[in-house]
Order: sequence, then structure tokens, then C-alpha cells
Amino acid sequence: VGRLLGRKADEPRRVLDDDMLEQLEELLISSDMGVDTALRVTANMAEGRFGKRLSSSEIKNLLAAEIARIMENVAKPMPIYSKRPQVVLVVGVNGSGKTTTIGKLASQFKAAGKSVVIAAGDTFRAAAVEQLQVWGDRAGVPVLTAPEGSDPASLAFDALTKAQEDGADLLMIDTAGRLQNRSDLMEELAKIVRVIRKVDPTAPHNTLLVLDATTGQNALNQVDVFQKISDVSGLVMTKLDGTARGGVLVALADKFGLPIHAIGVGEQIDDLAPFDPQDFAAALTGLDKT
Amino acid sequence: MFENLSERLSGVFDRLTKQGALNEEDVKTALREVRVALLEADVSLPVARDFIKKVQSEATGQAVTKSVTPGQQVVKIVHDALIATLQGDGDPGQLKIDNPPAPILMVGLQGSGKTTTTGKLAKRLKERDGKRVLMASLDVYRPAAMEQLAVLGKQLGVDTLPIVAGQKPVDIAKRAKQQASLGGYDVYMLDTAGRLHIDELLMQEVEDVRNVVEPRETLLVVDGLTGQVAVEVAQEFDDKIGVSGVVLTRMDGDGRGGAALSMRAVTGKPIRFVGMGEKMDALETFEPDRIAGRILGMGDIVALVEKA
Ligand SMILES: Nc1nc2c(ncn2[C@@H]2O[C@H](COP(=O)(O)OP(=O)(O)OP(=O)(O)O)[C@@H](O)[C@H]2O)c(=O)[nH]1
Ligand SMILES: Nc1nc2c(ncn2[C@@H]2O[C@H](COP(=O)(O)OP(=O)(O)OP(=O)(O)O)[C@@H](O)[C@H]2O)c(=O)[nH]1
Ligand SMILES: [Mg+2]
Ligand SMILES: [Mg+2]
Repeated sequence: VGRLLGRKADEPRRVLDDDMLEQLEELLISSDMGVDTALRVTANMAEGRFGKRLSSSEIKNLLAAEIARIMENVAKPMPIYSKRPQVVLVVGVNGSGKTTTIGKLASQFKAAGKSVVIAAGDTFRAAAVEQLQVWGDRAGVPVLTAPEGSDPASLAFDALTKAQEDGADLLMIDTAGRLQNRSDLMEELAKIVRVIRKVDPTAPHNTLLVLDATTGQNALNQVDVFQKISDVSGLVMTKLDGTARGGVLVALADKFGLPIHAIGVGEQIDDLAPFDPQDFAAALTGLDKT
Repeated sequence: MFENLSERLSGVFDRLTKQGALNEEDVKTALREVRVALLEADVSLPVARDFIKKVQSEATGQAVTKSVTPGQQVVKIVHDALIATLQGDGDPGQLKIDNPPAPILMVGLQGSGKTTTTGKLAKRLKERDGKRVLMASLDVYRPAAMEQLAVLGKQLGVDTLPIVAGQKPVDIAKRAKQQASLGGYDVYMLDTAGRLHIDELLMQEVEDVRNVVEPRETLLVVDGLTGQVAVEVAQEFDDKIGVSGVVLTRMDGDGRGGAALSMRAVTGKPIRFVGMGEKMDALETFEPDRIAGRILGMGDIVALVEKA
């Protein structure tokens, strides 16, 4: 924190009082952190400092440091296991960025020398398969498909069997978007997991829940339910190239402690970055990074 | 795990005085909890703040119906104020589609539901209003975006503009306009690529499209699960291209839909339709009282006060 506190000599100082705390809470709430977490974060940051005179950059630095501290524990890249094929199931609500994220990840793994196969498990949405095929081409990775309207679980089964035969390192399975309160669709997802486990009881080795940064407090419900149904092992947050700051990730880290593997920062194939707690905290608090 | 407002308020209510009129302190106490409930429903902070201020002055001094507590009374006042804010003028379901062919421009962030909503609206126009509709995809960026609309068109029996590879969005819009006139269509719908409100290049692109077709309706499609950023998105789209209405999608989820209040309060644009699912018939005309109930999450108390 000392390093972060690089203070600018000419900056005016203000007493850290209730008014100031409320302003900070509001800054955090406007990042979608949610009221409870925002209160907790500001309270932690103010501990032992109440009544002190601080400049606004000092305050933002302290706040960012507190957020970075929480997020440090969850910033972890997607683990790679020796198991072949390692099965990566990608889930989430509609339009969150699952298919795009698969394309980006496949490209990264391919570049790291892995042999990757993708299964087009969204057999529902119009042209979802064609969309994924384009991503497969871009990443230079084969895409296994099934006809529109067919059972995604049986595609997952076939894809895993084939990936085993071919000796692939990674199998990434795309799924149709589904809202977590739709129990029929969540059951379909549970079935995909069950069927995969018939082929390999240890699979899926990673279940990535893709969250959209523009989403507000509903992200908490999303994680809660998807975790129950499909054993989510890690999160990816997309669309952080917009102006949404993804503060709900702090609430999620607090409540669920799930690893955050990567963030989406655009629509191009390279627009997937590791999750960096310091950068995230700086952007969230509006801290000038220079 | 998520406490709703009723639970939150039940403790607060007990502490309120039980006198004939709402005093300032009672109202303040109840509204503190209401503010939190609004924020948890993703109402944007400045909107929640203004809204609370307005209700505070409206509620103070109001008579309390005998059989309800002051807290319950405040909730009812809040509920009514929510409806008043959400309610637009006129029928939200009535699109301006006179002077055929009438262009409708669909815009919004990535993945908000534009293409799906384009299909749903085309179906509605065709089946309810007996219109001949042409759909065109101007999304030259997202993989298979054009195919997606073409598939929907085929499913619905609604014509789509033939795909010409390599054409720019503005040129596709011109072609759609021409085809709509020549082909005797009543309406032509332009589905656009998802774009960030801060992406100057892409915002300029859709501005150019607007200038070419002069849409009768420009509908901003927004995910009903959107958080605090909703206001900024709606404002930017409205400033740059002019929005005539909002469609809220994914309201079949368990999101509270606070974005609706934020956008309506800040831009004054009417919310027209609500997406209630992925299927082509899952589109409803916006009803303010239903969304108000969801945002507040206290239907039980409102019903109680209404009966009293
Ligand atoms: N700006 C931005 N757009 C993104 C990002 N990730 C995905 N998108 C866009 O978001 C939209 C939805 O992405 P998809 O990958 O189709 O999302 P999905 O979750 O597969 O959607 P469904 O399969 O329909 O549920 C597309 O327009 C993507 O280009 C991101 O990190 N930043
Ligand atoms: N549950 C639910 N899903 C919806 C609704 N509207 C759209 N969707 C789904 O949301 C996802 C994205 O919808 P699209 O219509 O492709 O969104 P878009 O805005 O055209 O996306 P881009 O063109 O990539 O920017 C798809 O999976 C749709 O099926 C809705 O009202 N409810
Ligand atoms: Mg997809
Ligand atoms: Mg689209």
C-alpha cells in the first residue's frame, strides 16, 4: 500500500468522515458491486483511518488496494491438467459471450501447442453452429456438430468419445444460453454433465461460467444456480471493454470465491486477457493508472 | 439467500409510529430501505436518489389508511410512483409504420437480443397487423449473424434481404430500402451489429444508416438484466442516433428489471416491448405495473394496501 500511496503534494485533503464514506460507497455501487459489498469494502478501507485527512488520490488508492486484496485470491488462470482430453464445458445465460470466448480460448490453447477440439453443443439457437464453425476456422481447430434441434447431451457424448479416440488434449463444449430460473433448461444442462461423466467420470474438468459485465445484481443468482447444477469451476467475465466496470465480481468473490480465469475485452480473437486484480481495481475505482 | 424488500421492511415497519398521517421520520426510515431495494434491483444510483427524493416529499403528510402501517403506506406510494415513471404516453405496442415501406432500425449492445427481437417483431407485425415485412441484417461483423436472421426469417415465413458478401452496412441499408419499395413491403426491419455506445466508429456507422433510411422507429434493445450502465447506454444511443423506444429482453429471467426505470427516468423514452423468452412468440407489450411490482418485489404489501 505504501507504494500505492504515492501522494501528490499539491492535492487538497479531506477528512474521511461519514459523508466521504457515503460517496465512496456510491462510487462502488455504480460499478454494480451491490449495496452490501460496497458497504463492507468501504468500512474495511476506513478502518483505523476514520477522521484522518486524505487526498482523493490517496483514498482511491486505498480503496483500490482493498478491492485488489479481495480479488487476489480469485485471480487464477484456467488450470491445465495432465488428463487427456481435458473437458471444458462452457455455460451461461443467453448472449453472455460463451461462443466467442470458446473461440478465443481455443486460439490461445492452440498457440500454446495443445490439440483442441470444439463441440457445438448449442443445437437450439439459429445459426449457433455456423457461428462456432467460423470461430473454429479462425482458431484453426475442428468443430464437431450435430443437427439443429438434436440432443446436446448426445453430441457431447459423441464429441468426447471422438476426442478420446483422436487423442486430443482439450475438448471445449459450447452450450446454448439459458436463464438460470428455467428449470427445464437447467435440467438439460445437468444431463449434459451426466452423460459426459459416463464417458469420463472425472469430466468435465473445467466448467466455465461466462458472465456479461453489463449484468447487474442478477449475476449473483446466475453463479448460485449454475454452480448448483453444473459444478462451475471458474468464471470468465466478458465485455469489460465497455463502460460497465464489473463490480459484481467483487461481490461474487466475497460470496462464492470462485476463480476468475479471464476477461473478454472485445470481439476479436485476441481480446481475451488474464484477470488482473490490480488493473481491475484501478479501473473500478476510476484510479488514474499513470 | 437474497432477502427481499418485504423481509427487510418488516422490521422497520414495527418501529414506525402508528399515527394518522405519515411524518417525515417514518417516511425517511421506510425510504432508506426502499432505496436499498431499488439499488438491488439495479436501478441506477442517481435515478434511485431522485426517485426517493420525489417520493419523500409526496408521501410526507399523507393520511395513513387505518388498517395499514405507515411503512406499508409508503410502499404503496412508492409503487404508484414507479408506475407513474414507467408509464409512457400512448400505446407502447403501436409502432409507427404508416407510409409504407416503413423502416424500423434495431440497435443495442452486443448480445442484447436485437436479432431475436427483430424476428419476434416481424412475426407480430405479420400476424397481428397483417403487414408484409422484409428483414435485413446489417451485421457484417459477428460470425453467422446474417445467417441467424435468415434462419429466423425462414422459420417465420418472413422475407429476408438476400445476403451479398462484402457489402457495407450503409449499402445493405440502401438495398433494403430499394427492395422494400420495389417489392411492395409495408415494413422493413434493419437488424444491426451489436456495438458499444463508446465505439465511435460503429456509432458513426449506424448514424450513417439512420441518415440513409430515416427510420420511423429506432428501437434500442436492452438486456433486462443490465446493471448500472443502462442509463449511460440509453443516453448515448439516444444522443447519437435518436431512439424512439426501448425493448427489454430476458424478462423471463429472475432479474428485477431496474434498468427499465433507469432508462425511462433519464431518457424519457417509452418502453415498448418485453422479451419473455427465446421463442419467436415470446414478446409482450410493456406493462408498467408488472415491472413496477418486480422492481419493488413487494406485490403482497401493495395488494394489502389496495384492499384496505
Ligand atoms: N465488446 C465485446 N463483445 C463481446 C465480448 N465477448 C462477446 N462479445 C459479443 O457479444 C455477443 C454475444 O456473444 P456470443 O459469443 O454469441 O454469446 P453466447 O453466450 O454464445 O450467446 P448465446 O449462444 O446466444 O447464448 C456477440 O456479438 C459477441 O461478439 C467482449 O468481451 N467484448
Ligand atoms: N431467455 C431469453 N433469451 C433471449 C431473449 N431475447 C433474446 N434472447 C437470447 O439471447 C441471445 C442473444 O440474442 P441475439 O438476438 O442473438 O442478440 P443480438 O443483440 O442480436 O446479439 P449480437 O448480434 O451478437 O449483438 C440468444 O441466445 C437469444 O436466444 C429473451 O427475451 N429471453
Ligand atoms: Mg453461443
Ligand atoms: Mg444480432
